[in-house]
Amino acid sequence: MDNAQLLISGLANGCVYGLIALGFVLIYKATEAVNFAQGDFMMLGAFVTIGLTNTEYMGLPFWMALPISLGIMGALGYLLDRLIIRRLFGESQTAVVILTIALGFVIRFAAGLIWGHEPQTLQNPLAGKEVRFGGLVLGMEDVAVIVVTILLTWGLYVFFSRTKLGLAVQGASQNQLAAYYMGIPVKRVQGFIWALAGVVAGIAGILFAAKGSIDPTTGLLGIKAFAAAVIGGFGSLPGALAGGLIVGVIEPFASRYIAAGYSQIAPYALLLAVLIFRPNGLFSQVRVKKV
Amino acid sequence: MRIVFKTNYMQDIRPWKDAYQLCLYLILLAVVATAPWWLDDFYLGELTNVLIWAIAGLGLMILTGHTGQVSLGHAAFLAFGCYANVILLEAGVPFLIAFPLAGILTGLAGVTVAIPALRLHGIYLAIFTMALSILMDDVIVLAEPITGGVAGKYLGGVEIFGFLVDRWGTPVQFFWLVLGVAVLVTLGYINLLRAPLGRSFIAVRDSELSAQAMGVDIARTKMISFALSCAVSGWAGALMGMFSGAFNNETFSVLISIQLLMMIVIGGLGSIHGAFLGAIVIGFLPQFLSISKEYVGAVFGGNTVAIPGLEFGIFGMILIAFILFEPMGLYGRWLKVRTWFELFPFYRKDMFKRQKSYLKTERLR
Repeated sequence: MDNAQLLISGLANGCVYGLIALGFVLIYKATEAVNFAQGDFMMLGAFVTIGLTNTEYMGLPFWMALPISLGIMGALGYLLDRLIIRRLFGESQTAVVILTIALGFVIRFAAGLIWGHEPQTLQNPLAGKEVRFGGLVLGMEDVAVIVVTILLTWGLYVFFSRTKLGLAVQGASQNQLAAYYMGIPVKRVQGFIWALAGVVAGIAGILFAAKGSIDPTTGLLGIKAFAAAVIGGFGSLPGALAGGLIVGVIEPFASRYIAAGYSQIAPYALLLAVLIFRPNGLFSQVRVKKV
Repeated sequence: MRIVFKTNYMQDIRPWKDAYQLCLYLILLAVVATAPWWLDDFYLGELTNVLIWAIAGLGLMILTGHTGQVSLGHAAFLAFGCYANVILLEAGVPFLIAFPLAGILTGLAGVTVAIPALRLHGIYLAIFTMALSILMDDVIVLAEPITGGVAGKYLGGVEIFGFLVDRWGTPVQFFWLVLGVAVLVTLGYINLLRAPLGRSFIAVRDSELSAQAMGVDIARTKMISFALSCAVSGWAGALMGMFSGAFNNETFSVLISIQLLMMIVIGGLGSIHGAFLGAIVIGFLPQFLSISKEYVGAVFGGNTVAIPGLEFGIFGMILIAFILFEPMGLYGRWLKVRTWFELFPFYRKDMFKRQKSYLKTERLR
C-alpha cells in the first residue's frame, strides 16, 4: 500500500515534469530548437495565475483567471517568437539555445522583482479536497494533474498526427525549404507553436502551483523536465509524457530505497545512461543519416 | 590601411602577421605584467580573477568555439582540476608537479567523458554535459572522504622554488603565476590553431561531412579536442581553487558552466580574443553593477538595497542583446570597427553577413 501511495504521488509529480517536457518537445518538433526557458515559462505561468487569483493580489475568481492567464501566457509565447526568436531565423540552433538560457535568467529576475522570492501557493477550489480510493488517499490536485496531463498529451498527439496545421508544423521543421515550397508559412507556424508552448507552460505552472508552493527559482525544475524529455526522446509527445512519468516515479522510490544523497542523482544518472546507450531516447525518431 | 606583403610561405603560418602586430601584443603583455606597479591590491585581485576566467574560457573555446561541440558542463571539469590539484598538494606532491598533473588528469577525465559523448550531436551533447555538471555537484558531496563534501576544502599558499605564492599573502606572485599560465595556454592555443590538428578542429566545426570527406578522423579529432579543452579547464579550475582559497560542491555549480558558455559567446565564439574579452565582461560586471547601484542610489536617493538575481538578470539581457545584434560577440564588433577604419570609405554593411541556412531534421517520423 505504501508503494502504491508512492507510485501515485510520483505519477502526479511526473505529470508536471511531463507537461514541461511537452513544451520542450512542441518547440523542438516545430523549430528544431530547444527552449531552455520552458521551466521558467512554467514558473511565470504559475505566478501570473497567482497574481490574478490570490486575494492579496487581484483576487479574481479562479475559473475566470484561468483563461485569462492562459491567454497571457499564449500571448507572451507569441510575442517572444515575434520579437526575439524570429530574428534568429536561419542561425544555428546553438544561438537559440543560448538565447533561451539567457531568457530564463531574465524571466527569473523579473518574476523575483514583481512577486518577490517567498514561496507562494495558488489559492484554488481543489485545495484540501481528497479522493479515497480503496485505502489510497489522493489529493484532488493530484487527480487533476494526472487527468489534465493525459488529456493534453492525447489532444496534442491527435493535433500533430491528424490535423492539417499539425502536419504543417511537422513539415516546417523537417525541411524548412521544402515546407516553403509547399506553401507552408513557416514563420507563422513557428509563432503559433511558441504561443502553444506558452499555453502548455501556463497549464503546467497552474497545476504545479496548485499542488505545492512556487518561487522564482522553481523554473530550474525545467532541468529535470529536460531529463524527462531526453529520456522519452526529444520529438515524441507520448515519449515526453512517458519520460516525465519515469523521472517522477523514480524520484520517490529512489529516496525511499536508496541511501540518502544518492537519490537525487537518480534522474540524471538515468539520463546519462539513456544518452549513452540509446542516444535518441527510448522513443527514438532518428535513423542513421545517409549521405 | 596596412598591407602585408607576403614574400615567404612561412608568413602564412607563423603566429603573427607582421612585426607591427607582434609589437602590439608584446606591449600589451608588458603593460599587463607590470600591473602590480600601477594597480592596487584589490584591482590586482580582480585582474587575476579575469585572467583565470579567461583561461577557463580558452578551455571551453577549444571545444565550443573551434570544434563546435557545445558544452554546458565545463564546471564539472573545473571542479575536477581544482580537487585534483588540492588532493595532490595535500599528498605532498610539490606544486610544480601537482599543477600540470591536475590538468592532465582532467584531460584524461575528459577523454573518458568524450567516448560516450561522441555519439551525441548538438543539443544532445549540451544536455549530456549539463547532466554531468549537475552530477558532479552530487558526486563531490558523496565522495566526502576525498573531497571534504559539503564542508569543502581549504588551500593556503603553495611554494614554488622557495617563493610563497598565496592569493592573500602575496597577491603579486599569485598574479604572475596566473599570468604565466594564461600566456603559456594562449601561446599553445595559437600554435594549435596553425597546426593540422587545430585546422581539423575547425573543419569538424564547419561541416562534419566535408571534414570526413577530406580525411579527418572525426571521432579522434573530437576526442582530442575534449582532452585539450578539459585539460585547460582543469588548470583554470586549479587556479580558481587557489584564488578562492576555500571551496565546496557549490563553488562549481551548473550555473558556472552556463556562465562560462555565455562568457565566450559574449566575447566572440571561435576567437582567442573572445575568451579574454568575455572574461573582462564577466569579471568586472559585478563591480560595475555595485558601483552603478551606488551611483543610482546617490542620485535618486536611498535605495541601495541588494536586489537578488540582479547580476544574472542584467547578464541575461546583455547576452540576449549580443545574440540578436552582434552574434560574433565583442571581438566580432571590434573586427567590424577595425575594418571600417581600414577600408574607409569603402566598408559595406553586409560585409560580415553570415549565410543563413534552412533547417532540416534528422528525425524521420
